[in-house]
Amino acid sequence: MQRGMMANGENATGLILAADGRPLKQSLARALRLQKLRALALIAPLLIFILVTFAAPIADMLFRSVENSIVPDTLPLTVQALADWDETSGEPPGEAVFVALHQDLLAAVAAKAHTRVGSRLNYEKTGLASLLRKTGRRVKRMAEDGNLAAQFAKIHKDWVNPEIWAVIKRFSGNYTSGYFLNSIDTRLGADGIEAKPENERIYIFLFERTLLLSVAITVACLLIGYPVAFLLATLPMRTSNVLMILVLLPFWTSLLVRTSAWKVLLQQQGVINDTLVFLGLIADDARLAMINNQTGTIIAMTHILLPFMILPLYSVMRTIPPSYMRAARSLGATDWTAFWRVYFPQSVPGIGAGAILVFILAIGYYITPELVGGTSGTFISNRIAYHISSSLNWGLAAALGVILLVVVLLLYWLYDKIIGIDNVKLG
Amino acid sequence: MAALPPYASTGQKLWYWGFRLICALIFFFLIFPLLIIIPLSFNSLPYFTFTPEMLAFEAGAYSLVNYNDFFTNSDWQNALYNSVRIAPVATLLSVSLGTLAAIGLSQSHVPFRGVIMAVLISPMIVPLIISAAGMYFFYSRIGLQGTYVGVVLAHAALGIPFVIITVTATLVGFDRSLTRASANLGANPVRTFFKVQAPLILPGVISGGLFAFITSFDEVVVVLFVGSAGQKTLPWQMFTGLREQISPTILAVATILVVVSVGLLTTVELLRRRSERLRGMSPQ
Repeated sequence: MQRGMMANGENATGLILAADGRPLKQSLARALRLQKLRALALIAPLLIFILVTFAAPIADMLFRSVENSIVPDTLPLTVQALADWDETSGEPPGEAVFVALHQDLLAAVAAKAHTRVGSRLNYEKTGLASLLRKTGRRVKRMAEDGNLAAQFAKIHKDWVNPEIWAVIKRFSGNYTSGYFLNSIDTRLGADGIEAKPENERIYIFLFERTLLLSVAITVACLLIGYPVAFLLATLPMRTSNVLMILVLLPFWTSLLVRTSAWKVLLQQQGVINDTLVFLGLIADDARLAMINNQTGTIIAMTHILLPFMILPLYSVMRTIPPSYMRAARSLGATDWTAFWRVYFPQSVPGIGAGAILVFILAIGYYITPELVGGTSGTFISNRIAYHISSSLNWGLAAALGVILLVVVLLLYWLYDKIIGIDNVKLG
Repeated sequence: MAALPPYASTGQKLWYWGFRLICALIFFFLIFPLLIIIPLSFNSLPYFTFTPEMLAFEAGAYSLVNYNDFFTNSDWQNALYNSVRIAPVATLLSVSLGTLAAIGLSQSHVPFRGVIMAVLISPMIVPLIISAAGMYFFYSRIGLQGTYVGVVLAHAALGIPFVIITVTATLVGFDRSLTRASANLGANPVRTFFKVQAPLILPGVISGGLFAFITSFDEVVVVLFVGSAGQKTLPWQMFTGLREQISPTILAVATILVVVSVGLLTTVELLRRRSERLRGMSPQ
């Protein structure tokens, strides 16, 4: 408590005091702290909820993309013994390593873990899965007579192949870059990172295709979204509100409904082909293939994402005063010059917002490409889903997911810089 | 593009009507796929196109056979039941937590506001396939994969950004002197919240809730991975139907969902107008 208060609320040192005698500054800081704590207490439950249900899964994915503990956990003694082996010698490792491998495999077979380590190593070198499976079946019948190397060699000659051992040694750490290297069509070879053989390259191509198709969809959305947004922004409010329903209704309709509509329309025996045949524009035996290819993906996704282009464009265009165009025209500009030199530059922020939004959404799309894309119109996300549910190569799925996530976050950051996430509007 | 002035040249007239024609075609492109499935869903034959009889408007060409299948087929009824069981609970979770947090975020002094906001919005930004993959990995670690609770939690997380965005938008225009006036008149904070703040932000909360509901109700990617056969929802059933054996029942379901979304759109629009009128933001 401050003592010696003066009549005007100042003490001897010149500090302003609050009613309870504390210095005003301290009192204010306390009030502010309380306010901050109250705000944080309101936010905390949701923040914890999101961290557990959403952030932790994303972190888990990041972790899985580099995690490799299955190898050192299943083959601990072998990994240890291999540390002394020189992989550049061109010779298979000595008897000590085979003794360790025998021990490890006995334990692994009992725990049925040898096939899992086999599939892990198979991602790096084809053939290791079957090698470990085969060896696992016979390992119990082996005798520890000091000549295990020869016995292993008898099961399969790969066990005396130094290359196989080099692969095991290279991927014996707790963490690995193997999945990321795989997802950019490279691998860790004997002399460091090397490109995969031509016929095994797939992911760079898929990433490129995802980017190209997303760009195509964004451009298509911009080209057909701009005129509509322009019309909506310049019409009287009453009319534009009515027309806006035509934009918002697809926005509110289930994605599956819109995708099934396109599936029905674009089929060989679908409404569009039927109409074209009826009009005599195409022959009955030359119906257009518009589905299960890139055309299908582009048409359906442009339709699905179009509202996300029109809405930001519209909200920016609404703020452009119509008097600017009139002023330009009265100063002698033609309609086109007035639009291009005066109106268009002011609508650029809307173009940026809409384009980034559509692109972010397009690049990670899964459902629509899966249903209407066939084989040539699928995205990287379809590959991720495939690795999770069919090939069970979760590490690779995680690595591909992380790369996609980084691209999206970069775009998100850009979006935040240009427009700000606080300005996202819905409906 | 205001009305055409009487002195417009031929070129200007041509452009004016040409532009309108282009826009009409684009509107047609937007709305046509949704409208075309409605008559197709009444096809009495299992085709996805108009039969000659339908085009001739013969009564026998139209029937409710697809709707009948939807309401009697146990696969579809199970899927509907699961959807109805998951979406409201997920919505309730996102709305209650999201509204509290949005009120917290709208206070004047919030430390790390930008970071917190970015984290809370992130489920909307991260591609669904990545959320689905991460949740699949993490939920199988903690035993939530393939459970009802897991799907509800995942859907609640996906709906939260929408609640945050709509409720903060309502709070931006909120007049703080109203709460001060209420406190001044002797109301405690809880009473102030329910009597003054809540009625004003309610439209925002409800439309946020509708967004969260539709997010969960339409969601298919996450439920495909996080759920198991016991949580098969309506979109999941449609997805399987479209991928494997495309049956015309899907058209009936799609028509019903279009009607539902018309209802939702109308509600959200009415709420938005009410909220603006309440806060005196727009004269319309």
